[in-house]
Amino acid sequence: MYDVIIIGAGVAGAASARELSRYKVNACVLEKEEDVCCGTSKANSAIVHAGYDAAEGSLMAKLNVQGNKMMPQLAKDLDFPFLQNGSLVVCTDPETRPGLEALYERGIKNGVEGLRIIERDELVEMEPNISDIAVAALYAPTAGIVCPFNLNIALAENANTNGVEFRFNTQVEGIEKIEGGYRLQTSTGTYEAKCVVNAAGVYADQIHNMVSEKKLTIVPRRGDYCLLDKSAGKHVSKTIFALPTKFGKGILVAPTVHGNLIVGPTAIDIEDKEGTNTTRDGLDQVITKCALTVKNVPLRQVITSFAGLRAHEAGHEFIIGELPEAPGFVDCAGIESPGLTSCPAIGCMVADIVKDILKLEDNPDFVGTRKGILDPEELSMEERNELIKKNPAYGNIICRCEMVTEGEILDAIHRPLGAKSLDGVKRRTRAGMGRCQAGFCSPRTMEILSRELNLPMGEITKSGGESRFVVGTNKDRI
Amino acid sequence: MKAYDIVIIGGGPAGLAAAVAAKKSGVDSILILERDKELGGILNQCIHNGFGLHTFKEELTGPEYAARFIDQVKELGIEYRLHTMVMDISHDKVVTAMNREDGMFTIPAKAVILAMGCRERSRGALNIPGYRPAGIYSAGTAQRLVNREGFMPGREVVILGSGDIGLIMARRMTFEGAKVKVVAELMPYSGGLKRNIVQCLNDYDIPLKLSHTVVDIRGKERLTGVTIAQVDGKGKPIPGTEEDYDCDTLLLSCGLIPENELSRDAGVEMSPVTSGPIVNESLETSIDGVFACGNVLHVHDLVDFVSEEAGAAGRNAAAFVKGERSADAGRVIQMNPIEGVRYTVPSKIHPDQMDDSLTVRFRVGGVYKNCYISVYFDDERVIHRKRPVVAPGEMEEIRLEKAKLQSCPDLKTITVKIEEA
Repeated sequence: MYDVIIIGAGVAGAASARELSRYKVNACVLEKEEDVCCGTSKANSAIVHAGYDAAEGSLMAKLNVQGNKMMPQLAKDLDFPFLQNGSLVVCTDPETRPGLEALYERGIKNGVEGLRIIERDELVEMEPNISDIAVAALYAPTAGIVCPFNLNIALAENANTNGVEFRFNTQVEGIEKIEGGYRLQTSTGTYEAKCVVNAAGVYADQIHNMVSEKKLTIVPRRGDYCLLDKSAGKHVSKTIFALPTKFGKGILVAPTVHGNLIVGPTAIDIEDKEGTNTTRDGLDQVITKCALTVKNVPLRQVITSFAGLRAHEAGHEFIIGELPEAPGFVDCAGIESPGLTSCPAIGCMVADIVKDILKLEDNPDFVGTRKGILDPEELSMEERNELIKKNPAYGNIICRCEMVTEGEILDAIHRPLGAKSLDGVKRRTRAGMGRCQAGFCSPRTMEILSRELNLPMGEITKSGGESRFVVGTNKDRI
Repeated sequence: MKAYDIVIIGGGPAGLAAAVAAKKSGVDSILILERDKELGGILNQCIHNGFGLHTFKEELTGPEYAARFIDQVKELGIEYRLHTMVMDISHDKVVTAMNREDGMFTIPAKAVILAMGCRERSRGALNIPGYRPAGIYSAGTAQRLVNREGFMPGREVVILGSGDIGLIMARRMTFEGAKVKVVAELMPYSGGLKRNIVQCLNDYDIPLKLSHTVVDIRGKERLTGVTIAQVDGKGKPIPGTEEDYDCDTLLLSCGLIPENELSRDAGVEMSPVTSGPIVNESLETSIDGVFACGNVLHVHDLVDFVSEEAGAAGRNAAAFVKGERSADAGRVIQMNPIEGVRYTVPSKIHPDQMDDSLTVRFRVGGVYKNCYISVYFDDERVIHRKRPVVAPGEMEEIRLEKAKLQSCPDLKTITVKIEEA
């Protein structure tokens, strides 16, 4: 029997696992997908919010501000890309200006530092491409942008290195209360644990409802996004939000930490918890609405579009705590925006709850740091040549758009919780994430995966399951 | 690393022909940098025939056509490096490259020839809504899997876009045992060569639906189907015309984009129409001594013309290196593509610097029937060539004679346009 089973290897589950690994604990993460970061955590705005949005006094507000404050140090400790670029909530209608003041007030009460309202002149100086009708903005210098994949991967890797097990392709199908804990029926067998953490994202209601009569409903709220080429990445330098107007809630325009430009999301409530398809209507909304706050967004440079699902609960509040009706069962549900920002604080809160339940002792061997995949572009030419001499794979470019070397891909495959699919490689190294969208590198990356994992090409997938790339050999059915 | 007179970026058809021509023009110090494991570029996966009709007066496969040039490169002792990615070209023509053996290194060059080719427009750039399952390939990626590696990307295929690679792959997938259900083309005309429509679609009863596009993609892990709809004159899907196709594969052949990231970073001035460098009669870019040819300059239909163009770039680069060109290029004549003509390559001409005869290549922006290709020297019409049909899928050309241009000392602008009958 495990001490703890965490259901879900998204940012909430991975952060909880990592924080729990500070203690002497026999823990395991169960994930229904083939990799970490496959649900809400992989498809979002990648924003580290300052914390003026959430209602005053809410858990969401508290964890947002805490998470925001923890992120810079965490990014250093776990070596994932993060940039404190600041955000602007742009007011484009003088009539809605009181809304800006209200946000400012709320931010101050929530403990957000450095907030100020700036007028048009300063705004234009900060962001020359700001809309011609922008009148003022709320500037939050503590807001940031992060690589959500590597944040999630880093947390999970660090948890794993500190002793937490991970089981992939393992879907929880039923939970029963047993003496001293819970028994979980899964697609790969039965697991038992004294304590269960429900970090199942859009499925957190189904998991919760397996042990509780107080039913929970999580609505997948879809957000469509467009991602633009790096050539458009400097169109804005800060994250630009729209202050809601009578025409509705706007969408954000932001640089990504890797230098692309992201626009989105929509907010469309759906029923299908796997409904990550973009729609024409959704993409059209993104394309039209981004013009509200930022002018001349070069939409011809879109390189991909995608949709993510927020795990929305009607109360719009994080639901974190042990269930009174199910002792030892801890919900970590309703983790929608600002969930990514809050995840470091969510992890601490969940770990504290579990620690108290299980009376955990400190793990003296805990290592709180982790090195990410080496990016040769950060080296000088001399250092790079040293590296290539030692390992020639670093001299072989596989992804020409993002200039990813074979060395980085090998590292991604062979490190703890390594990549098993093309998407796994992509999220860890960016190979295939550039302007040609893997047209050039996918056959090459497939070959490397096949060789390194000793799998036939027919078994190489985009993202696990049935997502195979090749279905046979030439003329095999003739 | 040592310096070279001419460094050629890319060992595909353009780079090879440029190298051969430069060598034959008397420059010995030439280096070709190729990122793949062999010379020949995209031709190595084009195993169908139809190459070389103009150049060699016979029908060759892609690899055979490439071999003719690779053999010459080897016979002439031209140096090349494989598995080598060029990382940067500086404004003063220092090329930075990298491979496994040599690490990262720099090569100062007197002249650089850009011959990087092009890439395919991706699903993302087309912004097709729907899921993002496995089974969606650009036609060229599928061609590589099938023709070079022997793998079937799928069994039941829908193709979006009627570019030449898509048409060729419709036939190839059929040969290999797949069922190609339909080719949908957004435009009211095909983007590919007429002969490919006949030989790759009609001969195998594969329907071509013009003014149609993919409006939805289904399948959470592997593709299970797409929806195709008719589009109106502005390319917008018409509600009610949707048709569902069950398929496990969607191939995209929706246009090629010259691959000019290196050129842009070097500071080469680009054409928004071709997405390639702006060049003069010598195929020289806005940077002295940096030349461009082949698909990196503008996307071609036929490799024969790539070779011809690249040969000119090679000769001109050689002349530049040998100091055969006078410092003063002399007067400039601007090319002025209008009324149906989208662009010309070159876009300006120094008559004193041009060869005795210069081929100007261009594409039209729509299908024109019973029209004339007209060329005006300022206001005077000098060419009025009747054409039963011109289409965007087939590159056009005109020839300008040096003697004629020199006999017009006041000529400022050469206009090329389509005139209705």
